[in-house]
Amino acid sequence: MRKIKHGRLGGGCSDACCLKLEGLSVQLQGDSILEDVSFHLHCGEIVALIGPNGAGKSSLFRSILGQMPYKGTITFSPAGGPAIRLADGEIIGGSRPLVGYVPQSPSFDRGDPVSVLDFFTAATARWPVWLPVPEKYRTRAEQSLARVHGEDLLDRPMGALSGGQLQRVLLALALEPVPHILILDEPLSGVDIEGEHQLLEMLDELRSRYDLSILLSTHDFATLGQFADKVLLLNRRLLKTGTPDQVLSSPEFYETFHLRMGKGGGEA
Amino acid sequence: MTLWYALVDLLPFEWAQPGSMYFMKNALLAVLVISPLFGLLSTMVVHSRMSFFSDALGHSAFTGMAIGALCGFGEPTWAAVAFAVVFALLFNLVRRRSHLASDTVIGVFSSTAVALGIFISTLGGRSFTKFNSLLIGDILSVEPAAVGLLALILVLVLALWAVSFNQLMLSAVHPALADSRGVRVFWQEAVFSVAIAVVVTVSMTWVGLLVINSLLVLPAAAARNVSRNMAQYHLCSVLGAVAAGVAGLMTSYYIGASAGAAITLFLAGWFLVTFLLRKKG
Repeated sequence: MRKIKHGRLGGGCSDACCLKLEGLSVQLQGDSILEDVSFHLHCGEIVALIGPNGAGKSSLFRSILGQMPYKGTITFSPAGGPAIRLADGEIIGGSRPLVGYVPQSPSFDRGDPVSVLDFFTAATARWPVWLPVPEKYRTRAEQSLARVHGEDLLDRPMGALSGGQLQRVLLALALEPVPHILILDEPLSGVDIEGEHQLLEMLDELRSRYDLSILLSTHDFATLGQFADKVLLLNRRLLKTGTPDQVLSSPEFYETFHLRMGKGGGEA
Repeated sequence: MTLWYALVDLLPFEWAQPGSMYFMKNALLAVLVISPLFGLLSTMVVHSRMSFFSDALGHSAFTGMAIGALCGFGEPTWAAVAFAVVFALLFNLVRRRSHLASDTVIGVFSSTAVALGIFISTLGGRSFTKFNSLLIGDILSVEPAAVGLLALILVLVLALWAVSFNQLMLSAVHPALADSRGVRVFWQEAVFSVAIAVVVTVSMTWVGLLVINSLLVLPAAAARNVSRNMAQYHLCSVLGAVAAGVAGLMTSYYIGASAGAAITLFLAGWFLVTFLLRKKG
């Protein structure tokens, strides 16, 4: 697989900075979930977020999605568009940011009578999907799915898709419309080797075509070096930022994952 | 109604003779309004796993009736509607605020509502028997005005379905994903549960509390067996509900049993058929 290292990686945050978090903190019922998290993502960069369970990865995502109250500022500077600034969850400059979100394993039962076309149309159009979907929306969904090479999935029930196919449909949806930043929650879990390869290829294609910054969480450290430009090690605070090699060989990484397991606990 | 009577008079049935048996003609029209209403709501009740919730709402409707009767309202249905709406909204609020599983929260609400209903209706040593009719229901006693009200509710639910169905469906699939696409999940769920509350409460008198939830579960449960997309799902659910509704009413007329129960049995039979024909793989 390819190995791309991003040219702008080492520098400060220039106008090519797609997402910037400054001093982000989240408290939930008195407990501190995230403390003073600051980082930036460049446009066209794939960044992996790693950390143990309960490290606050989901809370970080939900803050960026605007689904959780937080303290601190978040700035979106989409390629070619005006910057959007949020402080403590309130928009203080620009319009509502468009965040493409690929959730972890949505609940579809095998027998759910929801076709990919139904799902797509429900999320992107006003046409009520309990009526037969007109050709216009069908063509539109087909075009969106073509971005992830999934146009043949259109009439399949959502519940019958494999893990990789489901991820591709959700990815196509997250790109409709093309967002300011793309967030993927554990996209590699529940996906086989073949699907994982396809998905990573696709993300690589998307980031260069749309100059999109992509933030994803993963537990799969072995593949980090193959796709991530940058890795963020999170455990309530941001412990380490750097290239995959830098983070995976750091004492912080070792401490977070190995010492914790050895002692059977430690800080939450 | 005149138009309806003129239409029914054309049917070759004994009860369809002009100038007589108006109760049966009213009941048939009521069934033709109630069954698609339940067929529609049923799709979402089943899809968002709310069958236990709709059951609990039925119980709360009964409690509302008891409160209405206690306060001396001539028409306790409105007190029941109000109570069921409050019940539905409170339930949504508690479910959102607490970390308990939905079915636990429903259990808490359902048992409280039933206990309160029995407590109030038996207060001061009164007999419970006057509420028996609510348990069984009697579609043959339906008045044209009530059919009109049900038809109005059907129109409102259709409007809700036209505007909100997509958002409701997304909320049921994945609340966070729905939210990221601008859906106000809490309000969608609240409006939907209020719709169920109103429909259940208003039709309880005719369908019967004991079987009303089956009308909210069986049509879509059967449709789910055989449909691959939302359009098929709705079509099967509504058609199944209407067919079972008419067949149940006829059965109850000719052999004399509760119409609500007969309709439910037809739906159960329909479920069995679709289960045997179910899509494989």
